[in-house]
Amino acid sequence: MRTEPREDAPLWLLVVAPLAAVAAALLLCAGLILWAGESVPEAYGLLLKGAFGSRFALTETLARATPLILTGLAAAVAFRARFWNIGGEGQFYCGALAATWLGAGMILLPPLLMIPLLFLAGALAGGLALLLPVLLKARLKVDEVVTTLLLNFVILLLVSYLIEGPWKDPMSLGWPQAAPIVEEGVLPKLLAKSRLHLGLVVGLVAALAVWLVLRFTVWGYEIRAVGINPQAAAFAGISINLTVLRVALISGGLAGLAGVGEVAGLKGYLTLDLSPGFGYAGIAVAMLANLHPLGVILSAIFIAGIYVGADSMSRAVNIPTYIADVIVATSVLAVLVSLLFVKFRVRFGG
Amino acid sequence: MALLRIVEVSKAFGDLVANDRISLSLEAGEVLALLGENGAGKTTLMNILFGHYTADSGHIEVGGERLPPGATDAALAAGVGMVHQHFSLADNMTVLENVMLGTERLWSWRSETAAGRKRLLTLAADFGLEVDPDTPVGALSVGERQRVEILKALYRDARILILDEPTAVLTPQEVERLFETLKAMVAKGLSIIFISHKLHEILAVSDRVAVLRRGRVVGEVATAEADREGLAELMVGHKVSRPMVEHLAPGDPVVELEAVGVAPAGRGRPLLERVSLEVRAREILGLAGVAGNGQSALAGVLSGVLAPSSGTLRFAGEAVTRFAPRDFVARGIGRIPEDRHATGIIGEMSVWENFICEDLGEPPLFRWGRVIDGRACRDLAAELIAAFDLRCKSMEVPAKLLSGGNMQKLILARTLRREPRFILANQPVRGLDEGAIAAVHARILEAKRRGAGVLLISEDLDEILALADRVAVIHGGRVGPALEVGAVTARELGAMMAGDLGGAGEKLPEAVP
Repeated sequence: MRTEPREDAPLWLLVVAPLAAVAAALLLCAGLILWAGESVPEAYGLLLKGAFGSRFALTETLARATPLILTGLAAAVAFRARFWNIGGEGQFYCGALAATWLGAGMILLPPLLMIPLLFLAGALAGGLALLLPVLLKARLKVDEVVTTLLLNFVILLLVSYLIEGPWKDPMSLGWPQAAPIVEEGVLPKLLAKSRLHLGLVVGLVAALAVWLVLRFTVWGYEIRAVGINPQAAAFAGISINLTVLRVALISGGLAGLAGVGEVAGLKGYLTLDLSPGFGYAGIAVAMLANLHPLGVILSAIFIAGIYVGADSMSRAVNIPTYIADVIVATSVLAVLVSLLFVKFRVRFGG
Repeated sequence: MALLRIVEVSKAFGDLVANDRISLSLEAGEVLALLGENGAGKTTLMNILFGHYTADSGHIEVGGERLPPGATDAALAAGVGMVHQHFSLADNMTVLENVMLGTERLWSWRSETAAGRKRLLTLAADFGLEVDPDTPVGALSVGERQRVEILKALYRDARILILDEPTAVLTPQEVERLFETLKAMVAKGLSIIFISHKLHEILAVSDRVAVLRRGRVVGEVATAEADREGLAELMVGHKVSRPMVEHLAPGDPVVELEAVGVAPAGRGRPLLERVSLEVRAREILGLAGVAGNGQSALAGVLSGVLAPSSGTLRFAGEAVTRFAPRDFVARGIGRIPEDRHATGIIGEMSVWENFICEDLGEPPLFRWGRVIDGRACRDLAAELIAAFDLRCKSMEVPAKLLSGGNMQKLILARTLRREPRFILANQPVRGLDEGAIAAVHARILEAKRRGAGVLLISEDLDEILALADRVAVIHGGRVGPALEVGAVTARELGAMMAGDLGGAGEKLPEAVP
């Protein structure tokens, strides 16, 4: 078996490749389900039903997809410029921190002003969390993978300190959590009797905006150029440092928006388990979407569906919810492999 | 009985037939030159021979035995060695380590270094390829690195040596030395396939020439019976006309460098040392020199990507203080970078997007200074594609899919449409085929007629002597005086390229009337 580079890939292949990859991942994971002694069609049927099979399931999946769209965009836009922001989790909490700081009693404004203010503050905080890594990268060439990753833990410890100490809600019966967001700051629900909140709209608008910016503006051109060929970009007169700074602010800002959405839309108050790793999962979302901003929406819904569906499946059959992590991880790997098939032609035999 | 036989080899990539029933044979002790434009199928054929690609049909025989398709190790075992244009050496390892890399048995207790050293020194002495086995490759000159590559092949008992554009990086003296080595090899019974587009070298070194065009062998002649014009015509498919060079009365200086120096990134010698030169309107100043002697730093300064640490650069009489590409482009400096792929284009962006990379934010291509006007940009691209005869499937395809010549046309179109007053042309035709070279040279000459001053940096003396009005030599970061092209011979320039600049750096270049 040999591979040869492909001159240009046909459109059908670009569409079929990721779908085939997901199918392959599900097929591979079927082995684990068999190993657990359950029927594969039944397990996947339950998973599908649990993710998309009812109004409740659907709204739950979309509610779960909301932060994933934003953290997925954060990773996608940064990776487009080859800025490896692994700090989505930390920036998510920075957004949540900013929303809590302003929204848990510091200011009172009518919702029409209050909610945009919270999002703005969250985006700003998320973006500023990347300032240090960007400066270190630009001035001292420090690898941003290391700095952004480690900053996650610093920020989590800061959150921990605040909600155990100065920000601890006196009404929380001793639980480490901050005071709730005031009513004016709580995001409106999109549907009655569901957890679906305004954050989803923010996510969808953000995805559309990122796509438009990347495709049609000078900023987007610069971001793509720096990601593809920084040397040629610099030669043409594009400032690499400025572009990276801009990308970092956008990326951190998007992750910060996710944090605001969760604290003000879903949970209502800041805790240490506000995010079950949304920042990290965003990387998987972005990879699955091949860094395409609109693809991020679909891949976020897919991944959210797997998690929500696996929860419901594990209640019915004897398969632990960890299967969701395995399916997501396998899907990402399968998509990466499928990209090879898009880029290269495979020939068998001599 | 031929040593190597290529029998009816065909290979297609999609619609493109790269090799069309190619048959060639190579006798023992023979130098076969493979001549062809870029895209003629030379590289594909060599990749099939070497087992990187599998042929769609046909086969390769070495010494009467068929090579299994797609097996590089079989090609190596059969005695096929290849020296690529871009060397594959580990800079941080010594010559001996590089040569022995991969030849020692994996499960052996003993190191075979001592025997390897002896063998290497014998080979080096036999073929006149002296190099110190214990020097790290990173410290060697380009010519020496090439010797290491050849030794690597010989060390593996190569009987057939394939050299891909071996003279591209050498001084005239080094080329002569390489040819002596090749003759020594042939005398010992080795066979050589010499891939080149430089006709006079092929005529000087080969016994037989095979000409490839569009994937087919269009001619095979004994070198003794071949002539330059005939080969060029065979290769291109039609008569090649050299652009006419006319000497015009030069105007005022457009670019003046005065004692410009560039300090190295770390320790070591400065990249440029007290460089003074002057390019006038309506003239082409050629800058000759072996690669790695400061050309990159000089080009960096003149492109606005590198600020000098001392000295002044004046453009049209005005001292430049801000070294930024955008400012340079706005001042009327056109820049053709040395490496098309690495600095010239943004490969995964479309052809039309690559046309606008120096115009970001400028009307009329951009609305409100921020948003790409897709229609205006595409209109411009269509206009430039037509004006510069750029061949591509569509302007939406990624620029990396363009051939080298078309890529260079893209860069030329982007640069020249602004009618720059000064053009920095850094290796503008490296790796291009005859047709594209003629097109690029014609554009540069046209810009000169229009009144632009051109600095032509090239490692190819022939190119400089054919095109330039004056020539200067760069060596070790210093630039010698600019001399009238008619008043200097290639040999004299070769001596300067090897380091004898004649007191450069101390005095300003003599003004030539």
